[in-house]
Amino acid sequence: MNGSLHLWLIPLLPFAGFLLNGILGSRLPKWLITTIALLAPLAAFGVVLSAAQGLFTTGVLGSFPYVETCPVGWINAGTLHVDFSLVLDQLSLVMLLVVTGVGFLIHVYSVGYMGDEEGYARYFSFLNLFLFFMTLLVLAGNALLMFVGWEGVGLASYLLIGFYFHKDSAANAGKKAFIVNRIGDFGFLIGMFLLLANFGTLTFSEIATKLGQDPSWQGGILTVIALCLLLGATGKSAQLPLYIWLPDAMEGPTPVSALIHAATMVTAGVYMIARTHVLFDHSPFALGTVAVIGASTALFAATIGLVQNDIKRVLAYSTISQLGYMFLGCGVAAYSAAIFHLMTHAFFKALLFLAAGSVIHGMGGEQDLRKMGGLWKKLPVTFWTMTAAVFAIAGFFPFAGFFSKDAILYAAFLQGTNGKILWFVGLVTALLTSFYMFRLWYMAFLGKPRSPEVHPHESPWTMLGPLVILAALSVGGGWIGIERFSEFLAPSTGARAAAAGTGHLELILSCVAVLVALEGWLIADKLYRRKLDRPAQWAAALPGSYNLLAHKYYVDEFYGASVVKPLFAFSHYLLDWVVDKGLLGGTAWLLGGTVTFAGAILQRWQSGNLRSYAAWLAAGAAAVLLFVVVPWASFLATLSTIHFNVAGH
Amino acid sequence: MNTLFSQEVPLSWYLLLSAALFTLGVVGFLIKRNLITVFMSIELMLNGVNLSFVTFAYQWHAVKGQIFVFFVMMVAAAEAAVGLAIIIAVFRARATLAVDRIDLMKL
Repeated sequence: MNGSLHLWLIPLLPFAGFLLNGILGSRLPKWLITTIALLAPLAAFGVVLSAAQGLFTTGVLGSFPYVETCPVGWINAGTLHVDFSLVLDQLSLVMLLVVTGVGFLIHVYSVGYMGDEEGYARYFSFLNLFLFFMTLLVLAGNALLMFVGWEGVGLASYLLIGFYFHKDSAANAGKKAFIVNRIGDFGFLIGMFLLLANFGTLTFSEIATKLGQDPSWQGGILTVIALCLLLGATGKSAQLPLYIWLPDAMEGPTPVSALIHAATMVTAGVYMIARTHVLFDHSPFALGTVAVIGASTALFAATIGLVQNDIKRVLAYSTISQLGYMFLGCGVAAYSAAIFHLMTHAFFKALLFLAAGSVIHGMGGEQDLRKMGGLWKKLPVTFWTMTAAVFAIAGFFPFAGFFSKDAILYAAFLQGTNGKILWFVGLVTALLTSFYMFRLWYMAFLGKPRSPEVHPHESPWTMLGPLVILAALSVGGGWIGIERFSEFLAPSTGARAAAAGTGHLELILSCVAVLVALEGWLIADKLYRRKLDRPAQWAAALPGSYNLLAHKYYVDEFYGASVVKPLFAFSHYLLDWVVDKGLLGGTAWLLGGTVTFAGAILQRWQSGNLRSYAAWLAAGAAAVLLFVVVPWASFLATLSTIHFNVAGH
Repeated sequence: MNTLFSQEVPLSWYLLLSAALFTLGVVGFLIKRNLITVFMSIELMLNGVNLSFVTFAYQWHAVKGQIFVFFVMMVAAAEAAVGLAIIIAVFRARATLAVDRIDLMKL
């Protein structure tokens, strides 16, 4: 390798953008804010590209992983050593390309989307801050540095969800996201402590080396560590049972939903599992838990997505569902398939959100699918790009989603009987996914306009450009194929599970998946194009199921009653009334009251009358004199002697 | 005559006189309303103290007490100068010398 790759520039460039726009933003002209905000991710993307290009052209892939360590250590305490070390390997390279590439496109889109908003500089400084933490998370060579990025993206997510902080719902959604993520972060922290206690290091490569030396080490504490890390991942990646924050996170601006809550941040959990996959590989139980959580989340969120009417909420549940696929992929040890799906999902889900944003923008802020319709004529570019994304997520050949989803389902199918069940759940989810995506497609773009008073307009080219690029990626992003992708990733995620099946089996499964997707399309076509009154009839015929779905299985209500209410009551009655107001407030009141009371009495001495002062002075002098002259000591001694004598009798 | 004068005056007499002077000063300080009288009472207290200094110095053949008396007299002279100036200033400002009327130090 010739020279350094300057990995440190990748996080620090967006950080510089954050500082410039964050501190000076309110005084800079708009064009300068835009330039700074766009240059930061573009330059970071350039550094990633040059690193990738340098590695490919010089043919030094074997020298992966490439490590860059800050000469000044971070923590040196006894046996604990933590460095600022950045690691570039196949896994982080793929992730970086997605984060900075899609991130840059969304920055460009934001210029058009947020153009008229207040807090333009604030918005872009937060977006750059997010990129800083996200690239730090991806590049981190040890768990602690990853945790810094992990918490940082949570902070950026909180700031951006609550971007419209004057709206109560947005502020509350931000808090909800932050607090729910704290639960997951707690698991991550405990996992790190256990890693430190059992391995004495937090560096990923050293952990892998130690595990490699002892291949018989299975389960036990490794299962506990893996489950703790999994808890962290379910928080960040919105899996059961901690998924509840993601639908509410849609309160943020739509490009934020695209970047943070669809394409990059929420995939951090998947990335983390892939990064620490050696731990999971040594614990079949933890791996099985990952797969079950993934599959059940995928199905669960997809069913909720069926009946949502807010365009962004449909996409939010779809994101949760797709993240479930990635967890399923991780859970069957097909990490490369999971990362593959992560990448294609980043393309088409970012596109879906950005196109939805374009629709919302064109409709003047309307998000309700029931008020849209017939938009394809008014928003042609948005329509066609959205179509590409819908076909990609539904899993039609040859769109990107087909290849990655297929790889995950195939890997699941090969995992014995339980794997077949997981595969079947995944297949049902694919059917539901196809159905609700085409439902959205029909309701928003086809049919007759349902709000004739609104005159939608196509978005500016700063918004359409990213749409077109992402559409191209959604179509062609999967053509690399899972074989080559796995081969590329193999050094960092381990070789793909030995294919026990045959080529025929894979082909048959693919055909089944495509047929299922087609079936979903046909059902949506029937219900939302040809027989428009059917959905309402069905909803009326099955009020129980419909309400259950429309209220998202009452999970929020359940958590509210079982966790939030008791906690709130505990805080309100015990902590607030008894401890805060009673104990602390009472003590303060008592101390203050005593002093005030004493002061009220003593202030009478301060009469301002010179002679009264003098009289007190004289009285004091007389008292001292009395004390010195009268032999108190012997007097007291005499007294006690008498007492003693009395007692002696 | 000779016997009368050769007889030493007992120490306690001096001290009693000193205490009487000092007490007169204190009482005067406390009960008089006129600022100038109060001021004179202070001088009386100082002189009462001076007398006891001299008495003890003579009794113990120590010159320190006498030196101290000179210091006190010097300070008293300076104090008289400054104090009288203040009294004049107060009188000009308040047109009275009654101590109970000069109560600006009250909260």
